[in-house]
Amino acid sequence: MSVTKNDVEYVAELARLSFTEKEKHELIGDLNSVLGYIEKLNELDTKDTDIIVNPYYIENKFREDEVEPSMELKYVLENAPQILEEYIVVPKIIE
Amino acid sequence: MELHKLKAHELKKLINSKEVKVEEVTNAFFNRIDTTDDKIGAYLYKAKEEAILNAKRLDNKLGAEGKLEGLGGVPVAIKDNISVKGMQNTCGSKILEGYISPYDATVTERIKSSNGIILGKLNMDEFAMGSSNENSAYKKVINPWKKEYVPGGSSGASAAAVAAFESPLTLGTETGGSVRQPSSFCGVVGLKPTYGRISRYGVTAFGSTLDQVGTIGRDVEDCALLTGAIAGIDKMDFTTVNTPVQDYSKSLIKDIKGKKIGIPEEYFGEGLDDKVRKCIDEAIRVLEDNGAIVKKISLPLTEYSLAAYYIISSAEASSNLARFDGIRFGHRSKDALDAIDIYTKSRSEGFGKEVKRRIMLGTYALSSGYYDAYYKKALKVRNLIKQDFAKNFEEFDILVSPTSPSTAFKFGEKTEDVLSMYLSDVYTVPVNIAGLPAISVPCGFVNGLPVGLQFIGNYFREDVLFNMAYSYEASTDWHKKSAVIE
Repeated sequence: MSVTKNDVEYVAELARLSFTEKEKHELIGDLNSVLGYIEKLNELDTKDTDIIVNPYYIENKFREDEVEPSMELKYVLENAPQILEEYIVVPKIIE
Repeated sequence: MELHKLKAHELKKLINSKEVKVEEVTNAFFNRIDTTDDKIGAYLYKAKEEAILNAKRLDNKLGAEGKLEGLGGVPVAIKDNISVKGMQNTCGSKILEGYISPYDATVTERIKSSNGIILGKLNMDEFAMGSSNENSAYKKVINPWKKEYVPGGSSGASAAAVAAFESPLTLGTETGGSVRQPSSFCGVVGLKPTYGRISRYGVTAFGSTLDQVGTIGRDVEDCALLTGAIAGIDKMDFTTVNTPVQDYSKSLIKDIKGKKIGIPEEYFGEGLDDKVRKCIDEAIRVLEDNGAIVKKISLPLTEYSLAAYYIISSAEASSNLARFDGIRFGHRSKDALDAIDIYTKSRSEGFGKEVKRRIMLGTYALSSGYYDAYYKKALKVRNLIKQDFAKNFEEFDILVSPTSPSTAFKFGEKTEDVLSMYLSDVYTVPVNIAGLPAISVPCGFVNGLPVGLQFIGNYFREDVLFNMAYSYEASTDWHKKSAVIE
């Protein structure tokens, strides 16, 4: 498998990133170099191996569903790029 | 008396015997930071006013209660991806410039309730992605031992600040070696605990099945002190485990008679610097002299760890970093035309090169048609690597190896070749894949740069790690060497 310019553009779209032509060219090289190195995993037979996501078994932890005070709105809004009263302002998405 | 040169446990003692005030200690470190940090570049934010207020409060508390338990009034500096209420949390990235944490991470809360003083926030590779701190969007961090050399990464400033006496204790984070590798490069003690030992609530996520908060100090006792103060179950992080936290102070004994040490031969192969190898061989002899039984072992899957790591960590990062979209917090592009454009432009302007590279790698690995070949394959290899370790821990108490194949490298030396940079973590990453605890301890110098000795323990056996590391340290003088800031 080799990464092409089309792949870079497709993945960039998925990741919501944009790149200049020069950056795309560099990314093709970098991704192929790293993915080439990763190919070595195929030397291992994992046909009968299960996946593990976490390093060890994690049990579900349950707690009572109790109402607790949450963070004050003003602290959240202070970090927002643009606000109006109690709302975060974003561009119109419906005509 | 130069207070900033004292270790945390020494300061705690002096404070509790009322020979010095918490306020004096706090001031001493800010004086040190003011005179030295221009040359080091460790701090991104100094919280002097708040720290002095807290110091005064603790001095009053000591006066009233006669004793300061836990951290005992000792300062701690915190990596800038761990939330401290009211302080910035840039993660070393422009995308979070101006953001103020509205809450404390659990580890922050525990430092505060354990009578610690928070000095400020420390520089890092952007979103903890990097092995040299060269990926910080703000400034570079200098290795206190030699100014032309990197401090390691991504917690490069957390290690450098301790080595440069700018804080006795620091917190870093690890996804793949990011506490141990810089600790090795800067000649300090750094612990990566078992996955689930320390809460990540309030810590900016990178690779969620790998991330852990790590502790750094100038000796094993200091590292154990800080670890004990923050470890344990947390209802805000469901991956934390309800296994009791041992009293690590009981591990600080020299006796390791009969303890079985495995030496994984794969960690001594091609790529290991010969002079580093000599230091490690010498260290193993010290452990033998102290009564440990040493035997060579094999971890045949070691060479696959890094490949599995880059898939798993990048895939998880691409998902975790989706939250930085310019809408609710962080950088929002001024030039965006519509909603989608806000995402793309804000992210493209806000993220640095390495972060974008990893998001691209991770998104590619998770994209349709490639998921099985990359991500699923890496998770299967993860299982095999875990089994590799588990087999050996049936027989051995601990594994010993170098922390990194070489000492610190020069600025710019590995920035062109992505893979060569990644390879500096080849001995640290397997531990993250398996979720095991490990510690790096100073064990010598090569051309004036520190070498790190790595101990790898079984799950939740930080007590054994501290015992072995302490035994080694008590028999050597490396931890007493100080960097002279050029």
